[in-house]
Amino acid sequence: MASDIQDITALTKDDFVSDQMVKWCPGCGDHAILSSFLKVLPELGIRKQDVVVVSGIGCSSRFPYYVKTYGFHGIHGRAAALASGIKISNPNLHVWMITGDGDSLAIGGNHFIHLLRRNIDINVMLFNNKIYGLTKGQYSPTTPAGKRTKTSPQGTIEHPFNVGELAIGAQGTFFARAVDNNPKMMSEIMMEAASHKGTSLIEILQNCVIFFNNVHAEVAAKESKDENQIFLHHGEPMIFGKDRDKGLILRGTSLEVVTIGKNGISEKDILIHDKHQRDTGIHVMLAKMGPPVFPMAFGVIRSVIDFTFESKMEQVIRAEMETNPIKSVDHLLNSGKTWEI
Amino acid sequence: MTTKRQKVVELENVVVRFAGDSGDGIQLTGALFSEAAAVAGNDFATFPDYPAEIRAPQGTVAGVSGFQIHFGHKEIFTSGDLADVLVAMNPAPLKKNLLWVKKGGTIIVDTETFNEKALEKAGYKSNPLTDGSLSEYNVIKAPISSMTKKSCEDLGLDSKMILKSRNMFALGIMFFVFNREFSSADEYFEKKFKANPLVVESNKRILRAGYNFADTIEALSAITYKVEPAALSKGKYRNITGNVATAWGLLAAAEKSGRKLFLGSYPITPATEILQELSLHKSLGAKVLQAEDEIAGIVSAIGASFAGSFAVTTTSGPGLSLKTEAIGLAVMTELPIVIVDVQRAGPSTGMPTKSEQADLLQALFGRNGEAPCVVIAASSSSNCFYYAFEAAKIAMEHMTPVILLTDGYLANGSEVFKIPNMADLPAITPPIVEAEDPVYRPYLRDPVKLNRSWAIPGTLGLRHRIGGLEKENISGNVSHDPENHQIMCEFRAEKVRRIADYIKPQTLFGEDSGDLLVVSWGGTFGVMIEAVKELQESGKKISLAHFHNIDPLPKNTEEIFGRFRKIIVPELNLGQFVLYLRMNFQKFTFLQYNKIQGLPFMVRELVDKFNEILEEQ
Repeated sequence: MASDIQDITALTKDDFVSDQMVKWCPGCGDHAILSSFLKVLPELGIRKQDVVVVSGIGCSSRFPYYVKTYGFHGIHGRAAALASGIKISNPNLHVWMITGDGDSLAIGGNHFIHLLRRNIDINVMLFNNKIYGLTKGQYSPTTPAGKRTKTSPQGTIEHPFNVGELAIGAQGTFFARAVDNNPKMMSEIMMEAASHKGTSLIEILQNCVIFFNNVHAEVAAKESKDENQIFLHHGEPMIFGKDRDKGLILRGTSLEVVTIGKNGISEKDILIHDKHQRDTGIHVMLAKMGPPVFPMAFGVIRSVIDFTFESKMEQVIRAEMETNPIKSVDHLLNSGKTWEI
Repeated sequence: MTTKRQKVVELENVVVRFAGDSGDGIQLTGALFSEAAAVAGNDFATFPDYPAEIRAPQGTVAGVSGFQIHFGHKEIFTSGDLADVLVAMNPAPLKKNLLWVKKGGTIIVDTETFNEKALEKAGYKSNPLTDGSLSEYNVIKAPISSMTKKSCEDLGLDSKMILKSRNMFALGIMFFVFNREFSSADEYFEKKFKANPLVVESNKRILRAGYNFADTIEALSAITYKVEPAALSKGKYRNITGNVATAWGLLAAAEKSGRKLFLGSYPITPATEILQELSLHKSLGAKVLQAEDEIAGIVSAIGASFAGSFAVTTTSGPGLSLKTEAIGLAVMTELPIVIVDVQRAGPSTGMPTKSEQADLLQALFGRNGEAPCVVIAASSSSNCFYYAFEAAKIAMEHMTPVILLTDGYLANGSEVFKIPNMADLPAITPPIVEAEDPVYRPYLRDPVKLNRSWAIPGTLGLRHRIGGLEKENISGNVSHDPENHQIMCEFRAEKVRRIADYIKPQTLFGEDSGDLLVVSWGGTFGVMIEAVKELQESGKKISLAHFHNIDPLPKNTEEIFGRFRKIIVPELNLGQFVLYLRMNFQKFTFLQYNKIQGLPFMVRELVDKFNEILEEQ
């Protein structure tokens, strides 16, 4: 429809700004994520009535109220199930799911892994602040081991999840990592996630200014980010550092940080990022990297093409509609063994 | 076919029970016997009695599979109390089922399976066929195994395979006793074993061998029985189980409403067949998600409902517990959804293959906060179709979750079902909002029904946000305002209450007033009506009010209660409906009669109980 096409190209951020007061704490990383998202939405070429934003429970999950789209603020941990029902019901909808480390990795862990396994075309933004914010400071499944919180006054005694490792292990076809203080990076990744057919998971390192301030400082702070971040781009060498002189190579079965120009290493020795590599090995290694030995990987780490649940379902339904003689409930009622009296 | 028959006795109704080891093909034998009853024009109801384990140890009582059919010239409401005839393929099935045979009833056994080892496995200390313990029964000792083999000697099939059709010999005997035609069974063999004509032939021969055997032994051939066709109204009929009827009722509602069916469900006994059945019907556009758990089942359905589908989740008691929080979400977001609970014996895992009515209070009240839900209950295997349809109609037209209660007996039992025409079913008209409706607000309500309307994502001009947080009246913005919360709680309650204006008034079976009113609900209908009928025929002033609409109750409920001297509420629980009635109608005295054994009521025990109350002054 011509009017819809015009409608889409003319969309601006204002078309998606809701009239609700944003109630996150001042300084919360969520503000920056929202701002990037509102900029990205009009760029996607999607009719505004086709966007649905779904969430679970937690600070991040208030997100749908602040975006002027169809929105559903669900119950704790169940955003993935809610979003799945929406997308399967109407595959034409463009579904975003907003969640957190508690919502998707603790109470909603089951739905989260099954969403990834089914590869339903939903864009997931998981805000990882490594703490429970809305309930005021208990440890989460990503809280670093030993961290003292309200429920771990002597330090946690649990092993934290690495989001990327978990997602790729659950057969996720798309995993990216971004950080809340880099809007350009967030926008770029959101755009790419939106175009991926299948479940796109973006882990956004997000700062909880109240209960775990500077949680990501080691990789996100101005002073340290150049040495501790590597922004991966498909087809480009894995180079980082303030002077762009450091890189990653594979030695034996492990990654290693090297300095270009030292020990006979030149740029051509550096690994080239291949996000389409089906084998998960290198992607898991990249997702698990972090200081002090390694930089942390950002950007799209994995993006492989596989069939989506809803497209297969539509295919099966179409085939059944063509071949199955039962075309209506009247047919069904009268099928099989019947008799007249 | 035979001439020796001395006497054909006409019977009003008969109960036959087939029992064997789980590999003996008992369910198939029962199904073929049912088909023959259908061909003869009888009304009937059946119930399969499976072991709880898939392959429980062969030869033990735990591994026995049973199938009961009650067929008649009269209208049949239940699969019957005690059996007139028991066919026991082995010792264990005899041991397990003897309790369910009428004194003086007929027992047909395969004598060749009553060897020492089998008797020991079944837990018999001596052989019941020779120790006199069956003296009160008419025992037919048939050498079924060897005669089965003998009938196919020249076909060149291996004897192990032939013995698998031993059940057809037993079926043949029953065909003779009840003067049945071979046609429907033959048709089945021809279709099932199309690729293997030799197997078609062997089954046909074994069936006839059983028939001829019965003809030759005097104990059976002296008297055979005939059950005349039932006075069923003109039309087309089929046999249907409660679970299939439920699935089809849901499909019918989807077609009538023009909404695509979405089912989010997790396998659980005894509800799984609904999930399986709907998975078969993708040609009707049904979308089925076998979810990762019970919670995902309902939550995906709520998502689908938001997106405009007619959404359903199916489960049994433990699953209903898991769905509790999500039902609250559906109450809060006021989205249509049907939750089918095929009740089984609880609490916890309980007795999964046994039935009871003990999820009622959970359905009515099992949620946090003030969370009213519509609760309705089917009362027969075939009317699961109509109550599933009604649940859907109420959910979609009133924008509310509806819990439909059935139970294991209705679900697995089967009945004769008069096939309806879709054109005769009522319309379902959900309040869907048109694009760019200028007055649309998320919580603006219909002034009469009080429902909000259904604004479906993808529609231009209706973008809005909903969720589990309390919302401001009309605007739908998040609100923690105290007065608004009271208004919204009252709206949600009143919306459900007003559904009473759209349901059928409560009907009575029997006189409008009298000495005793039996008040029952759900799957006990069949036994209630048989018991009440029997007492009415003996001149007692007793009537039956069997409820399908539980919340809201029909508006004439109180008025009906007021016309009887006494009221008794029999239930397969410790008194749940009666508690609810006492809460709603404090001026009446409700007697109760409860059984919680994972077993249905017997007509006999109800008649005795009702008589006892009628005789008390």
